[in-house]
Amino acid sequence: MTAPVIVHVETDSRGATETSLETLTLARELAARLDDAPLNAVVVGPVETGQLDLLVTQLGDQGVTVLYAVAHEELSAYGAAGWATGVISAVEDASACVVLAAGTPRGSEIMAHVATRLDATMAANIVEVREIAPLVVSRQVMGGAVLELMRVESTPAVLTVAGHAVEPTPADQPTLPEVRHLRPELSQADLVGRVVRVEAGEADDTSALTGARVVVGAGRGAGGADGFGDLLELAGLLHGALGVSRVVTSLGWRPHHEQVGQTGSRIAPDVYIACGISGAIQHWAGMSSAKTIVAINIDPDAPMVTKAHYAVIGDLHEIVPAINEELRRRPPRGPPRAAGGAGRGGPDHPPGGHPAGGGRPPCGGR
Amino acid sequence: MTNVLVCIKRVPETSGEVMLSGDAMSIDARHVGYTLSAHEACAVELAVQISKESGGEATVLTLGSPDAVEQLRDALAVGCSGAVLIEADASAFGPADVAAAITEVIRARGAGGSSVDLVLVGNDAADTGDFQVGVRLAYALGLPVLTGINTVEVRDGLIVARGAGAEGTEVFEVGVPAVVAVAEGGIEPRYPSIPGRMKAKRTTIDTVTSTVEPRGPSRVRLELPPAQPSVVEMLGEGPEAAQAVVDLLTRIGVVAK
Ligand SMILES: Cc1cc2nc3c(=O)[nH]c(=O)nc-3n(C[C@H](O)[C@H](O)[C@H](O)COP(=O)(O)OP(=O)(O)OC[C@H]3O[C@@H](n4cnc5c(N)ncnc54)[C@H](O)[C@@H]3O)c2cc1C
Ligand SMILES: Nc1ncnc2c1ncn2[C@@H]1O[C@H](COP(=O)(O)O)[C@@H](O)[C@H]1O
Repeated sequence: MTAPVIVHVETDSRGATETSLETLTLARELAARLDDAPLNAVVVGPVETGQLDLLVTQLGDQGVTVLYAVAHEELSAYGAAGWATGVISAVEDASACVVLAAGTPRGSEIMAHVATRLDATMAANIVEVREIAPLVVSRQVMGGAVLELMRVESTPAVLTVAGHAVEPTPADQPTLPEVRHLRPELSQADLVGRVVRVEAGEADDTSALTGARVVVGAGRGAGGADGFGDLLELAGLLHGALGVSRVVTSLGWRPHHEQVGQTGSRIAPDVYIACGISGAIQHWAGMSSAKTIVAINIDPDAPMVTKAHYAVIGDLHEIVPAINEELRRRPPRGPPRAAGGAGRGGPDHPPGGHPAGGGRPPCGGR
Repeated sequence: MTNVLVCIKRVPETSGEVMLSGDAMSIDARHVGYTLSAHEACAVELAVQISKESGGEATVLTLGSPDAVEQLRDALAVGCSGAVLIEADASAFGPADVAAAITEVIRARGAGGSSVDLVLVGNDAADTGDFQVGVRLAYALGLPVLTGINTVEVRDGLIVARGAGAEGTEVFEVGVPAVVAVAEGGIEPRYPSIPGRMKAKRTTIDTVTSTVEPRGPSRVRLELPPAQPSVVEMLGEGPEAAQAVVDLLTRIGVVAK
């Protein structure tokens, strides 16, 4: 049997996170191309019993055959080194040939530790597996403006998956994952660099932005810190969230956690309404996955306008209040339901061609 | 006294269309300027503040071509006290190679009596975005590492670092020395002053070579993402377009019929 492909799964109160489900979908397609390698998953840290049942169901829908639940009394407060040890214990138990995680801050950090310790090559922010023998992935570089085809020849190969590059879909055949509990040996170094406390109040909640179906974007065109009233009202009327450009956060008009782009959040809402944003590639990198892009801008030649699906030319301070007034007349649909796995429509990502043969697959020779 | 070493990378400054070189192995940067990642600009600012507060040194380092001296001088102009250029072709170095080369320099400087208490890097480089040089560097040096950090304070040999978490600001504490990968969002980089620029011009750049045999970045080639067919549909001009916008929102289902 071919060596498994294993995915580090991040969880929240609803079980596996959306980006982890996306990663599982990409991993499942990769496993299928590696002579039907088994798909395994690993969760590290405390998991409540109820949540484990939920995960078993969610991961079964993704076709996972073995779920490693790695726990240790010292793995309660998060620290990347300890978490990496947890992932490595599962990688070794499974003799996995490819390790994947979502390209989130946590996923990237844990995989960097895993790759370093296993002397493996790591490809960050992949969007697609191009070839499997040898393994070639395409990944986002230059903030998403360019794709790099990169060869990953180590065993295991370590990959992180760019957010919203893949639509999460369930497996054709659901499975009933076997749960294996692991308790790894932790070294002193694994206990250094853990979260010592979380300061509430300044909650940096990007999840409202990344989970929103409608995002109203605002850039320098807002004109000042007091220029966001109508834009916030529009976001509210559409049960959406406000996202801003870096100019807006650098000028201190809005907090950084609202920033969209290469060094902010990456979002994939149903609609992005970009108001007074020029559309620099670093901003585009964060919102190009939006299904519909509407630009509102005084400049008909702004890149945001020419690249959008729809545009309105003019002053946002006149247009946005007019939209708000129109909306108040026609009540918007209720708040969005939680985005549930499959069926969000959107572009299809073909799994890519079959290997042309020759070369060495990453799991070969076992 | 806290001595800080901050690592930066010279990258093409692209905000419009990107062009590839003829062999598709690099960005055609002939008509654009160069910069460093926004994360690294924040790391430089932190290095300057932390070293100034404690009377220590802030040394800026890059591995790159002699042209990268431009970025080193920019960092000197905002307050770094020294600069090191590891002269090499950065495109031939993968993240593990860069980490090995920086390790070599830190060890050599340590042996020469200039130790470092805090190594700052960007969370991810603006061009390759590998997300790993900091972590690989820390393992090579046998030091703890934190990533995604917005602010750093050093008190009595303890590094207190804060980063954005899902439930609030996460606080980490590690003793010196350590490696910290900085992410934009906690601090505003300052602009260089005229005297700062003058001083930067006069500072000698310590140029070194590396004995690291690079394994390379495993790049096959670059590609531009498939261009989205540009078929922008104009909904109108000025406030009169509001009706058309709401009609569109209704059609795609975010506003009830
Ligand atoms: C390494 C790096 C990382 C970066 N990361 C990010 C990132 O994560 N996110 C990000 O956004 N940027 C990022 N940037 C910055 C990016 O390059 C742009 O500078 C930034 O996105 C521009 O913001 P803007 O569109 O608000 O401002 P501008 O480019 O100044 O555009 C303002 C727009 O508003 C329009 N406008 C003005 N007044 C009005 C009005 N009254 N009504 C309607 N329209 C009006 C103008 O026509 C113009 O198109 C990064 C840059 C670098 C180098
Ligand atoms: N050639 C280089 N010279 C100096 N520092 C670098 C170089 N490449 C990467 N780094 C540092 O490592 C960080 C992370 O880079 P990366 O892992 O390549 O995304 C960057 O933000 C820099 O601080």
